[in-house]
Amino acid sequence: MLAYIVRRLLYALPILIGVNLITFALFFVVNTPDDMARMQLGVKRVTPEAIEKWKAERGYDKPLLFNGDAAGLAAVTDTVFFRKSARMFVGDFGRAEDGRDIAREIANRMGPSLAIALPTFVLGLFVTVSFALTLAFFRATAFDFWGVVLCVAMMSISGLFYIIGGQYLISKVWRLVPISGFGGGLEAWRFLVLPVLIGVVSGIGSSTRWYRTIFLEEVGKDYVRTARAKGLPETLVFFRHILRNALIPILTGVVVVIPLLFMGSLLTESFFGIPGLGSYTIDAINAQDFAVVRSMVFIGSLLYIVGLILTDISYTLVDPRIRFE
Amino acid sequence: MMGFQIVVLWSDILIWLLLAAGIGFAVLIARNPPLLAAWRRVGASRVGMASATVLLAFILVGLLDSLHYRPALEGKPGQETRYAVEVLSVLDALATPLRTRNEKTYSEPFATRLYAKETVDVPGQGAVREYPRLKHGGKHLAEREDEVAADAGFTAFRAGVLAFLCWLAVAGLASGAVGRGEAPGTGWQRIWRGETAFAWNAVLVALALMLLVAVPLFWLSGQYHVFGTDKVGQDVLYQILKSVRTGLIIGLVTTLVMLPMAVLLGIVAGYFRGWADDAIQYLYTVLNSIPGVLLIAAAVLMMQVVIDTHPQWFSTAAERADLRLLALCFILGITSWTGLCRLLRGETLKLRELEYIQAAQAFGVSSWRIIVRHILPNLMHIVIIALVMDFSGLVLAEAVLSYVGIGVDPTMTSFGTMINNARMELGREPVVWWSLAAAFAAMFILVLAANLFADAVRDAFDPRA
Repeated sequence: MLAYIVRRLLYALPILIGVNLITFALFFVVNTPDDMARMQLGVKRVTPEAIEKWKAERGYDKPLLFNGDAAGLAAVTDTVFFRKSARMFVGDFGRAEDGRDIAREIANRMGPSLAIALPTFVLGLFVTVSFALTLAFFRATAFDFWGVVLCVAMMSISGLFYIIGGQYLISKVWRLVPISGFGGGLEAWRFLVLPVLIGVVSGIGSSTRWYRTIFLEEVGKDYVRTARAKGLPETLVFFRHILRNALIPILTGVVVVIPLLFMGSLLTESFFGIPGLGSYTIDAINAQDFAVVRSMVFIGSLLYIVGLILTDISYTLVDPRIRFE
Repeated sequence: MMGFQIVVLWSDILIWLLLAAGIGFAVLIARNPPLLAAWRRVGASRVGMASATVLLAFILVGLLDSLHYRPALEGKPGQETRYAVEVLSVLDALATPLRTRNEKTYSEPFATRLYAKETVDVPGQGAVREYPRLKHGGKHLAEREDEVAADAGFTAFRAGVLAFLCWLAVAGLASGAVGRGEAPGTGWQRIWRGETAFAWNAVLVALALMLLVAVPLFWLSGQYHVFGTDKVGQDVLYQILKSVRTGLIIGLVTTLVMLPMAVLLGIVAGYFRGWADDAIQYLYTVLNSIPGVLLIAAAVLMMQVVIDTHPQWFSTAAERADLRLLALCFILGITSWTGLCRLLRGETLKLRELEYIQAAQAFGVSSWRIIVRHILPNLMHIVIIALVMDFSGLVLAEAVLSYVGIGVDPTMTSFGTMINNARMELGREPVVWWSLAAAFAAMFILVLAANLFADAVRDAFDPRA
């Protein structure tokens, strides 16, 4: 098992290097640092000196890949690629446009992101799996039919509608919870209830439908017929046999997103003014802060790869047939 | 007759190309019995055909909005004709009253007065604060302002009767075609008893609903602002119509962009295996491991820099917005081809071990010929399912991306920009809800139709279903 995990981690390395190269190409080759400087400085103040100053302040004035002027190892290390891209592997993300250290900022913002994302994820999973199981239990009845109709309708509604509508109805008309904001300590729950609720509701449509398909696929299998033939009551067949076996395909989609929860949700966080990583990314996009966007791409990929490895490990836990040797 | 200069935007070319490809594909299907049988199954699905009818209406609006021109400016005789900077489309020309009859600012649906009070000089009374009359909405009523409901109701009723007559004509034609060569009336009976192979009853019901909504809407929009007006006084119905094209392009062109790459790479990886497989798998694993939104954000940010630093490339604002739209399609395409590519690779791996492929190999048929003749046709169902399944997701994604600020050009009308502009107005008192509601409703209808159609297609094509 340990050997397998180590091997998977080693496989992940080339992928991370690939991600790094893609972001490097996107941010420094497609556009030269000069272009970025012109964009950031605006049209009026663009003089060659101002551009040079902007680049020097941020360390973009070095050659991209190979520094011919430097001697020895510095020819490779004293370059934009090494300083800006390769350094991300050791957790050095540089500074944002406002001069703050990006790594510290990310560490501070993970908490609020998780405070929203984790309850949404757990509650959402519970609600959708139970709903899907109920639909599968009452399969081919009117309840099942209208349940699926509801799911299709819900997945055809824009996620923006859930957020805007929820905020308007619950916070503005009914005045139950604050419309946006975030607070520490025990009072925090008042800010969390609405985003979590909206997050759960907006995910019901597509997830329920998908889980229902998985359950229905299991229902038709031989072991289910055997269980029924043994005389097990239908509820027991569902909870002991179908639910447990359907967990394997469900895990594929679910475990992979767990690490990404750290990233927060872009939309929810920015609408509710939660100081997490999602709103950090949106602010960076709007301010055209290239360094922050670059760092978030890298961290996002890192977390995704961790999620893939976790998925494989969780398979061995739920399915004894799978062994990694 | 004013002169005009035809403007061909890149997205126009692509959307017409797409239509041509669709027609070509239909010809191909007609010659291929298994595919034809699958499409017949789609045609028999009531939900599928009803949603297809709705989708066709959207596509028609989108196509009308994809023929662009620049009207000639009125100049002195003998002068060289000059053309307006503004690029218009055939849809704009058809909806000229909607486009030009702008108010000053917000007004509610069917309102005759503005949303906000203004200081107006009334002769004899001096300056008075009141809700000024709209310049266009309900103008024909003059002093009978309180009769809006009766007037609109009567107009809607007349339009409804007209819509019903239109529908009867279409339904009559359809039943004539169904019951050709039989006693009169049998076609009609067979349609409503659901005895036709093609789901005519669903199509006709969907058409009836659409006509009953569209014709009165069209008629009323000549006298009122049916969905109200927005902040700068533009008719919301007009904006909805303009948004359709943006949504369609995002949904269709993106798939078109990613399709060749996904199909080619997927087949090559699955068929040739070896280093090609390793390289392609590496490529899509890397792209796949970057969270979609972030990759799109990074790429759009970079595209913005390119567009902003090269203003000399574009002669009109419409061209710039158009290029940005296309670039967005490309970026979405590049981030979304990996799933289809993996599916196709897996399926090709299975197919290449089958006897008939091995027989072809033993006969010395070249690899490319095997791929084109034997593998590609057997992958078509996966491609078609992916194509229709992606559409609705992309339309929804456009709205979210536009909100985040990495969507279409802010000057381009789309559901996303409409929602983005309207969402702050919920904070006003009284609430300005109509713009937001109309955008969400139109998007919901489009996406719901697309989802239902996709389900019908998947059920017909998926051999497991």
